[in-house]
Amino acid sequence: MDLDRIRNFSIIAHIDHGKSTLSDRILETTGAVTSRQMRAQFLDSMDLERERGITIKAQNVRVPWKGHTLHLIDTPGHVDFGYEVSRSLAACEGVVLLVDAAQGIEAQTLANCYLALENDLEIVAVLNKIDLPAAQPELYASEIENVLGIPAEDVLRISAKTGEGVDQLLDAIVERIPAPVGDAGEPLRALIFDSHFDQYRGVISSVRVMDGTLRAGEKIRFMHADVTHEAEEVGVRAPEPTPVPELGPGEVGYLVAGIKDVAEAKSGDTVTTVAHPADQPLTGYQEPKPMVFCGLYPVDGDEYPELRESLEKLKLNDASITFEPETSGALGFGFRCGFLGLLHMEIVRERLEREFGLSLIATAPSVSYKVGTTAGETVEVHNPSELPDPAEIDHIEEPLLRINILTPSNYTGTVMELCQQRRGVMEKMEYLSPERLELTYVIPLAEVVTDFFDQLKSRTQGYASLDYEPAGYETSKLVKVDILLNGQPVDAFGMIVHRDKAYDYGRRMTEKLRELIPRQLFDVPIQAAIGGRIIARETVRAKRKDVLAKCYGGDITRKRKLLERQKQGKKRMKAIGRVEVPQEAFVSALRLDD
Amino acid sequence: MYIHIPFCSRRCDYCAFATWDDRGELISSYMAALKSQTRSHVAGWEEDRVTSVFVGGGTPSLVPARDLAEVISLLPLAPGAEVSVECNPDDVTVESMRILAGAGVERISLGVQSMVDHVLVGLGRSHTPENVASAVAAVRAAGIERLNLDLIYGGAGETPADWNETLVRALALEPSHVSAYALTVEAGTPLASDPARHPDDDDQADKYVMADEMLTGAGLANYEVSNWARPGEQCRHNLLYWVQGEYLGLGCAAHSHIDGRRFWSVRTPERFIAAVTEGGELEAGSETLDEEARELERLQLALRLATGVPAETVPVEVRHLVDVEGGRAVLTREGRLMANEVAVRLVPRSGGTS
Repeated sequence: MDLDRIRNFSIIAHIDHGKSTLSDRILETTGAVTSRQMRAQFLDSMDLERERGITIKAQNVRVPWKGHTLHLIDTPGHVDFGYEVSRSLAACEGVVLLVDAAQGIEAQTLANCYLALENDLEIVAVLNKIDLPAAQPELYASEIENVLGIPAEDVLRISAKTGEGVDQLLDAIVERIPAPVGDAGEPLRALIFDSHFDQYRGVISSVRVMDGTLRAGEKIRFMHADVTHEAEEVGVRAPEPTPVPELGPGEVGYLVAGIKDVAEAKSGDTVTTVAHPADQPLTGYQEPKPMVFCGLYPVDGDEYPELRESLEKLKLNDASITFEPETSGALGFGFRCGFLGLLHMEIVRERLEREFGLSLIATAPSVSYKVGTTAGETVEVHNPSELPDPAEIDHIEEPLLRINILTPSNYTGTVMELCQQRRGVMEKMEYLSPERLELTYVIPLAEVVTDFFDQLKSRTQGYASLDYEPAGYETSKLVKVDILLNGQPVDAFGMIVHRDKAYDYGRRMTEKLRELIPRQLFDVPIQAAIGGRIIARETVRAKRKDVLAKCYGGDITRKRKLLERQKQGKKRMKAIGRVEVPQEAFVSALRLDD
Repeated sequence: MYIHIPFCSRRCDYCAFATWDDRGELISSYMAALKSQTRSHVAGWEEDRVTSVFVGGGTPSLVPARDLAEVISLLPLAPGAEVSVECNPDDVTVESMRILAGAGVERISLGVQSMVDHVLVGLGRSHTPENVASAVAAVRAAGIERLNLDLIYGGAGETPADWNETLVRALALEPSHVSAYALTVEAGTPLASDPARHPDDDDQADKYVMADEMLTGAGLANYEVSNWARPGEQCRHNLLYWVQGEYLGLGCAAHSHIDGRRFWSVRTPERFIAAVTEGGELEAGSETLDEEARELERLQLALRLATGVPAETVPVEVRHLVDVEGGRAVLTREGRLMANEVAVRLVPRSGGTS
């Protein structure tokens, strides 16, 4: 294919700014999909994606426009998938920056724009939803000019909903975004920017050919995974998958190579041929690294094998999930799982419950600590119960994030207060316009994984947006708070926290548990402790009354059944030492949102 | 023998039992059906078969005393048989008591509940403490010596002082027997849907202790979790329930226990009347327990009595709730309040009876 006739682009947009609607409109306007075939949000194929209005897995589609071939590469719409975004952008020469004309640019969109600029991509800025009464295209066009240096008069105005301006946008894509460059004569180098597992066909990868030609039937090698396969099928999505004999430089399509595990075809890997291999893979490959961890346990202990099987199945499709078996005295057998971020964690958990019908208890999210021991070793700990004995700990390092928050300026005070409470250190504060500013903080990841995002949203009525990137490790005054029930530590409630917050955590947890643990035959002390030192204590007083008052009209049967039910109820309790704790108490105590 | 009278002039909002306050027109046909059921049951029974009768409800005193007397007269009573009738203090007159006494009734159980006005109002009762005193006088004037007062503690707004007053005033009436029940929230009642009025366990535990101290001090010994009596004045019919004894229930929603089989009759008076007059099925359900379940039930029931259970059936984690003497474990006062916790942990001796 003539390289001059190809344009590869992504759409960068905040959730709800209309990316899916625009994608649908492009498919329709270019005739790739007739309006009869059209279903809303064509590209978001996962139920969960459609429901949440976000894209989790990247997709791509080929559409014709006035003699040109456009490849629209859909990118994941959440900060947890930053690396995936970067790989998608690496497959493009330009991006369409889509901004809601009633809301302006958001933090994560901006972060992705900076990423696009760093990759020398052309940005076509577009204000969407100009049909809304609340639209302020002038204001937000000038904001884009201030922030990104794109002249306000170059910012297109469209309504993806009504289709207004979409033709002009497609023309602008052809005019402004450069054609790809590549050499068909060089050895093949094709970039994988997404892989997913199909139960009938195995792994299906999205690829962008940089140099050379990817041919069906050829022996190929995945350079980072260092595995060889045969290219069973090569094709394009138009948008229905359509096999083609080959993909040349600049072209985007899909590859099926009989692979059973996405770990062998990870985003960022380079595909070359066995016959004429490239010397060097494409740059920018990273191993996915989990940032957030939590224990997942089946509510019904018998479902442990099902949980393992389900995690294995999910992993086929998502190489970034990690899991290893874990045993908790309180929760039984489960897995310590690692995720790219909070949303990723939430999505995985939801898919396990929804698609696999499991009922789960999740422990509080934790991060990966580096513990320096007195013996001079460094141990990585992502479960509080793995923390070495306090006497053996020299220091603990915790992961940091650099976060960017875009907020309307009238919420500056409350946002700064939140960041300070969460041990954030301000790096930068910059006005995008008189009404909006960007705050940059370095903040411990552990402070972000517990409801930071929810707090930010509620403090700013949902107007602030957040983006983050890892910012290394730092030694911190961290301690482990144990929660003891009748003198026995309950591993599920142990937590590594900053020393200044230990009392607060201890007090809140003991109070919560006092409410949740039913009265027993004896007084049950609930204590929070650091090492051997008790920092908070509550008591569940012994139960004093549990008796049926009378027997109505000789109805002994009812009485016996009540006792049988009470006996059954006891069996469903988990015994922590002599204390009987209902399963629901664990679920409620581990819930973060209060 | 238990006889159920499913009518009340006004339904108490904590009550979940089979009784209705809007079906007064059914009373005469119900009583006719009851007589006919009684007749067919006792036909062929030997004399002296019935050792105790308890007429409960509902409010038995709501039906004409003569009707009740006729039903009772049909029964082949053993000499010295106990015959109790539950009465609402509002309904008790010397005349009605004489009619009942004439049919063999020798024990009256009065639904007193409280002797404090505002507590009675809170419980939705229509009588006053003064009615109780005159009712007691009427019972005695008719020559009925055995008297039980039913009390309820834990109603909304009842202070410990109120409960103390109830106990003092009840004891002043010199009953031979007192039943003191913890107000219980039963599913589906108006009380259940009003959590603000739900009783507090600790408050009820305190009141139970008060009751036990005062009643015991006045010479009424506790013989079952919620029942106290002067020596020899225990309610024999009530004891039957707790010793897994046999009884026949007459009327709607009445439970029977005969030859190891428990069964109960249709719940509503309409269905009962229809079944008796048209010869339909009276029994609504039944169960027969296997040996093992029956043995456990026997222990669970016996646990509630002052005679207790074999000591070895009480596991160590609840031993602090019983006194052991002569091989028997008897619930302590604190233990009686926790009877369920002990009951669900009882370990029947394998094979043997006890």
